[in-house]
Amino acid sequence: MAIVELKDVAKRYDSVPGKKGAEHANAVEDFNLTTKDGEFVVLVGPSGCGKSTTMRMIAGLEHNTAGEIRINGQDVSDVEPRDRDIAMVFQSYALYPHMSVYHNMAFALELKKTPKEEVKKRVQEAAKILDIEHLLDRKPRALSGGQRQRVALGRALVRQPQVFLMDEPLSNLDARLRVEMRAEITRLHRRLGVTTFYVTHDQTEAMTMGQRIVVMRDGRIQQIDTPYNLYERPVNRFVAGFIGTPSMNFLQADHQGETLKGEGFSCSLSAHQRTALGDAGQRPRCWLGIRPEHLHQVGASSGSGRLEGVIEVIEPLGPVTMAQVRIGETLVTAQLGAHPGIQIGDTLTLAFDPDHVHLFDIDSDEALGVAEAPSASSAQATA
Amino acid sequence: MSAPSTNAPPQRRAPTKRLMAPSVLFLLVWMIVPLAMTLYYSLQDYNLMMPNTRGFAGFLSYELLFTDPVFWDALLNTLLLVATCLLVTVVAGLALALLFNRTFVGRGIARTLAISPFFVMPVVTGLIWKYMLLDPVYGLFSWVMRSVGLEPIQWLSSYPLLSVVMMISWEWTPFALLILLTGLQSLPEDQLEAVRLDGANRWQEFRHIVLPHLGQVLYVVIMLESIFFLTSFAEIYATTSGGPGTATTNLPYYIYLSAFFQYDIGLSSAAAVGAVILANIFAIFLIRFVAGNLNAGSQR
Amino acid sequence: MTASNVDQAPGRKSGAGGTALTLLAWLIGITMFFPILWVVLTALKTEQTAFSMTPTFIFSPTLESFRSALAQGSGYWHYALNSVITALGSTLVGLALAIPAAYAMAFYPSRRTDFTLVWMVSTKFIPAVGVLIPVFLVYRSLGLLDTRLGLTMLFTAMNLPIMVWMVYSYFRDIPVDIVEAASIDGASTTQTMFRVILPLALPGLASTGLLALILAWNESFWSLTMTDYHAATLAVYTASFKSGEGLFWARLSAASVLTIAPIVVLGWFAQRQMVRGLTFGAVK
Repeated sequence: MAIVELKDVAKRYDSVPGKKGAEHANAVEDFNLTTKDGEFVVLVGPSGCGKSTTMRMIAGLEHNTAGEIRINGQDVSDVEPRDRDIAMVFQSYALYPHMSVYHNMAFALELKKTPKEEVKKRVQEAAKILDIEHLLDRKPRALSGGQRQRVALGRALVRQPQVFLMDEPLSNLDARLRVEMRAEITRLHRRLGVTTFYVTHDQTEAMTMGQRIVVMRDGRIQQIDTPYNLYERPVNRFVAGFIGTPSMNFLQADHQGETLKGEGFSCSLSAHQRTALGDAGQRPRCWLGIRPEHLHQVGASSGSGRLEGVIEVIEPLGPVTMAQVRIGETLVTAQLGAHPGIQIGDTLTLAFDPDHVHLFDIDSDEALGVAEAPSASSAQATA
Repeated sequence: MSAPSTNAPPQRRAPTKRLMAPSVLFLLVWMIVPLAMTLYYSLQDYNLMMPNTRGFAGFLSYELLFTDPVFWDALLNTLLLVATCLLVTVVAGLALALLFNRTFVGRGIARTLAISPFFVMPVVTGLIWKYMLLDPVYGLFSWVMRSVGLEPIQWLSSYPLLSVVMMISWEWTPFALLILLTGLQSLPEDQLEAVRLDGANRWQEFRHIVLPHLGQVLYVVIMLESIFFLTSFAEIYATTSGGPGTATTNLPYYIYLSAFFQYDIGLSSAAAVGAVILANIFAIFLIRFVAGNLNAGSQR
Repeated sequence: MTASNVDQAPGRKSGAGGTALTLLAWLIGITMFFPILWVVLTALKTEQTAFSMTPTFIFSPTLESFRSALAQGSGYWHYALNSVITALGSTLVGLALAIPAAYAMAFYPSRRTDFTLVWMVSTKFIPAVGVLIPVFLVYRSLGLLDTRLGLTMLFTAMNLPIMVWMVYSYFRDIPVDIVEAASIDGASTTQTMFRVILPLALPGLASTGLLALILAWNESFWSLTMTDYHAATLAVYTASFKSGEGLFWARLSAASVLTIAPIVVLGWFAQRQMVRGLTFGAVK
């Protein structure tokens, strides 16, 4: 059990010709985060955003070039990985190919000169939890992908470490197994209550598993928040687009008095949104963000909160159908009912609730009108 | 996803210098220092038979070398040997590699048989060829010639350089075969399938897919073999001893003779410098290639 | 590792002309091997049948030539012992030098790593004659001429670049994740080396040793120039047949077979490793 603190942590790479400082892929700047004891924190972002680097700095596999990393108050920046009392599950599993499953799991304990019976007890316990007792004598190469994944988890489990680190542990599994293991890891975490960092590029994994999620881009934290807040109050256009599938639709709009007008639509503003946008003279344009699930199919009629366009793609998913509609330059995705009764080429009219509209600054991409929301301000405090 | 870790934390840095020092020192002492000494000796008037006349001589040894007709013979023989052996081994090796790149019954065994000559000690190769194959009276080749009604050939005295070429090619064709075959087998099968679906015939397949793929491998084979052929010694030592006359004296043998029989350290060192320069002409390309490959392969 | 590995990539399916090509391949394989076979056959003949104008293919084999080649006074054992000591010795010394160097380069690379590695490889391309004279003179003044120690060191220097390269490439094949996993599991550098890296690289180390052994055993240049009798290897022994004794063909053949047989057989098992070691990674 542990509280992990990262304070102004940075990883800068020696300048590579043509690239400067933080522009380097995998670099990290100004990383600040304090976990609660036993928290499950997910680091998520596109590849090269620095999420893996951050985790490797917590592990001690990379040296942080600036800032402090504290585990239970102790600065571990200069402590070797083996003395940090952490366990890590690698994307490749990194099982020792020349050792049996048992010895893979027992290796760390043996190195610590744990008594034989104790080692055996703990390996057996972990194997039981993960349902791999029957595999203990096998070599990793004789295991399936899913089994290897369990062994990798088991190897971390046996250690009873202060912190678990998981670096995209599910990305080598097939889709069905991934969903299964997702739930299993969550269950495991609830049972053991060990502080866990989990790196993934998959926002669904992040949303379903994380108690708190750190969204990163280009080495910088974009937002640290709970899944709900990330979804409902993204702080900028990147987070808004990254969280949620299919992605949020973005449309440019002109700010005219009490309405927003774009190509083929207009929408009247609530009082709250008017405050957020400020004076039309100061901010004549902005981004309008609408999630596909907040667009509804309506009968042909124009008016406020309406979009109209030609259907280009229809994707029936069973319970819902995704339709992509051409609105000016943009393809807008809408989530419709199971049997929307539409065809490609039809003109579709979509309605949206102005309360579910997100507004972003046209230049900085920052969300407008989010700062006052209570949960977002708490995120600011920890960030 | 893992970032390349060149800046490991200071405390994780192993004593790399201490680990590498023994190897580096060893090569310095046994290769680089002697190389420098060779250069130094080549500028000295130094004959082991006349220990009192030793002293700096400038480029005298080189002058003597360039006026020695035997040196020019040796240089010519060396180049002829390299060129001929290259031609034979690369062409034969490529043909054999293509032949062995098919699946057929007992391929592994047939290939192993064909490769075996490479593992025969060069001295033994020389002896086998000199006596049992090329002997004008008792050799197998002579018996074959006689059985078809031809006059046996006095291989080693009439065609000495060709005889040496035959021995060296017998030894090194397997090398070319093995490496070209490995190269052929690293050709992704889907590339071949794609070009066959595009309607290519066998020649087009070879010309447009196989040969470009083999380009690199051929390059390496040619460079490596050149360097090895430049330094051929044992085959000549065991068979012709450089003769008759100077017909099979190549550069290494010339250096050996002038050092160990004329005791002329200055002259043989000058010739050795020549040999190093000659080898470097090929080695530089090869080393650049290896270095380039290293960087390309450095993404784990 | 063995021949079967090389068999996997299939070419075009053999068609009608396939049989002819198969026969041709076999014919060439046998022809290439024939001189070796012929030496073995000659070694099994009596001197009279061996030395005749019309070769005999069918005869009653005798081990007489082997017996006389191995007899006391033939000197075979003396030379063979020298070959074993120098080849084995240089292989072990080479591994002892190459493993730490390759370990440092593979797992703690620095800016100079590539340069050092390429420099090492490049020393392999210095022709032996280029350093022959100073080595001879220094050895003479140090009393290393015609000693096993002196010869072993030369073999080591000759093979070291290849060995460092090969061990390095085998170390590089070990996923870096596994090394990191070990350090997170609490293993020190030494423990990682002995409990994770060396066991994983063992097959690679074995093939490196095998290749070094073959190359050292077959080395002739240094043996012929640096040794006379005391440290002389089988290369010197067989070379002594080049005149005079060369008339005893059966005995010459027996001596040749005894010299090449172990290495040719080892070579059969080292085909892949040879490619890897001798081409410095240019061909995989």
